[in-house]
Amino acid sequence: MDAVPSAPSPLVALVGNPNCGKTALFNILTGSRQKVANYAGVTVERKEGSLLTPSGLRVRVLDLPGAYSLDPLTPDEQVTADVLLGRRAGEPTPDFVVCVTDATNLRQNLRLVLSLKRLGLPMVVALNMTDIARRKGIAIDAQRLAAELGVPVVATVGIKSGGVRALIKVLETVSIPAHARQAAAWRTPSAADIAHDQAEVRRILGAVGGDRLDGVTLSDRIDAVVLQPVLGPLILALILFLVFQAVFAWAQLPMDAIKTGVAAFGGWVGTILPASLFKDLLVNGVLAGVGSVLVFLPQIIILFFFILLLEDSGYLPRAAFLLDRVMGSVGLSGRAFIPLLSSFACAIPGIMATRTIQNPRDRLATIMIAPLMTCSARLPVYALIIGAFIPRRTIWGGLELQGVVLFALYILGVVGAMAVAYVLKRGGKSGRNQALMLELPAYHWPNLRNLGIGLWQRVEIFLTRVGTIILALMVILWALSSFPAPPPGATGPAIQYSIAGHLGAWLAVVFAPIGFNWQISIALVPGLAAREVAVGALGTVYALSATGSDVSGALTPLIAQSWSLPTALSLLAWYVFAPQCLSTLATVKRETNSWRYPIIMAAYMFALAYAGSWLTYRIALALS
Amino acid sequence: MITSPAADVFAQPQAQQRLMEMRLADLPPGTAARVVSVSAGDGKAQVELGRRLAELGFLPGEAIRIIAKGFMARAPIAVRIGTGTFALRLFEAACIRVRPEQPQLG
Repeated sequence: MDAVPSAPSPLVALVGNPNCGKTALFNILTGSRQKVANYAGVTVERKEGSLLTPSGLRVRVLDLPGAYSLDPLTPDEQVTADVLLGRRAGEPTPDFVVCVTDATNLRQNLRLVLSLKRLGLPMVVALNMTDIARRKGIAIDAQRLAAELGVPVVATVGIKSGGVRALIKVLETVSIPAHARQAAAWRTPSAADIAHDQAEVRRILGAVGGDRLDGVTLSDRIDAVVLQPVLGPLILALILFLVFQAVFAWAQLPMDAIKTGVAAFGGWVGTILPASLFKDLLVNGVLAGVGSVLVFLPQIIILFFFILLLEDSGYLPRAAFLLDRVMGSVGLSGRAFIPLLSSFACAIPGIMATRTIQNPRDRLATIMIAPLMTCSARLPVYALIIGAFIPRRTIWGGLELQGVVLFALYILGVVGAMAVAYVLKRGGKSGRNQALMLELPAYHWPNLRNLGIGLWQRVEIFLTRVGTIILALMVILWALSSFPAPPPGATGPAIQYSIAGHLGAWLAVVFAPIGFNWQISIALVPGLAAREVAVGALGTVYALSATGSDVSGALTPLIAQSWSLPTALSLLAWYVFAPQCLSTLATVKRETNSWRYPIIMAAYMFALAYAGSWLTYRIALALS
Repeated sequence: MITSPAADVFAQPQAQQRLMEMRLADLPPGTAARVVSVSAGDGKAQVELGRRLAELGFLPGEAIRIIAKGFMARAPIAVRIGTGTFALRLFEAACIRVRPEQPQLG
């Protein structure tokens, strides 16, 4: 006999079309008591929370992914259908279903309600966004709707708690069935079924007073400008420009603060601990390593703030609509634009954001090219080399040559990414007729509470990753760079005698044809932790005693003297393409659930980097 | 043969246009229309495409209108169906035939 917990909590599933305000309702029901994870084996987000009803009943609430239908076409819908039908291993069939509907779009939403009714699970319909509907002059008779549907209907307003109390009252009556519930057998609806549902939807709409079509709405008037063929792309470019400005300008102060804070903490730990291996691990391995990734947190927060803001207001699907043609020309979906935008700050949140792409092949192609976007970790490396080798002068009347080179490196990354996407999509089965069918929901004011919860979830995921995989990688790299210790009486820098040093010496042979000396080759090994760690590592190899931001200043004249211009340009080209970031590869492994894709990614990026650097080096040699 | 000019110029074209069926992509933006048919073809992928369009509400008799068209050739179009709005790629829009509600003027 099973040991049954004294008061098992009923499991309530929220189901609904995308954009029906389901997540906002989930946030109100469960507050911050949410757990975000993945469904086993797929990268669909699983959100579960719980709430305590006034009578003291604990209810588990599952926010199922948005679905238009129970005949799944996307991984999201597959999960929703499987959970509801009790076909998903490890997921119990919900005891109760709350079908969330948008009162302004019942014509579409009722179809899912009818399908759910056929399943036979006990359910309630939450009639959401009734306030917006009323403002539009749509007054839906909830009691009549309940009578027509034969299930209880509760009017709620997605962003206010008032109507939610009535919903919670309904949830209090939920009891757990004695036997595991078996959902009714499901069959794919035939053409006749669909026609029947359509007639039924029309009949119900007529009866409850919802059979009304909008004329030209406010959203339409906004769209007339925002989707206008010429103005639309200009507005999009302006918004992107402002977001980029914010990501780089606003983040500077907190980033400096984190850098200084971590360095100061490391220094403090250094003074209180006696010199030992443990201290070295703590200061140079854990603190310096994790600090070098943590420093991107402000940029990630600012970027996701804007992405969530644009998403919640309804603009993001419009951006995808505007970019669909451009993205489509290399075989990507317009939806790929959001993850790629994120990747300019850091590829890790970018790869995590590919979850919004429903087509698995599109998603994979987007993941594969995300690390080619110029992330901010490349900037310190670019800044060092450009500062040392590109003269400070203006060209073409007023343009800073150094700035032009930096811009060219960004463009090179984007062009490289588009080319790779083109090859990837051509290599696979032809994806020319990929469905888009992207809903453009009505615009509305973003809700701060939802924004806050969404932002916190992103931050939590990033910090968890920093605290687990990335921490482990940092410790491994520290060990590689520290062992074995230099023999007594050694004259060179300690790293030269370590495993990383030997690897570097071996790599120097491989990299000689592209102009890298052994110092660069060694620095590339710890630089795998995060790209900008290579700057610090170069400092170590050149036996500089300076720390932190001083390294770059002291290095500039040194490398300007000891490297040739072709070597410097070759290293720049290397950093555009090379897979110099283990954290990214680890994230790809997690998101794709396989070693195959990180390995393919590392291989193609390495090949591209080697080829790019070789060409750059040879051409620069020939010209100089 | 002599017929009344009035019948020729007004009555006849109006009657024809009320019956005129066209591809969704040919519908001028902003013109109210009704869906006549949705059919993608017989292949497995096509049947799935047709079913998905139906599930989004693209069904015979429903009110439809184009909200926006892209600038470039082969850009997607934004379509109002019932009370929802969807962006469709052209091959998706090609499955849908519509009939304008009012005779077009001009």
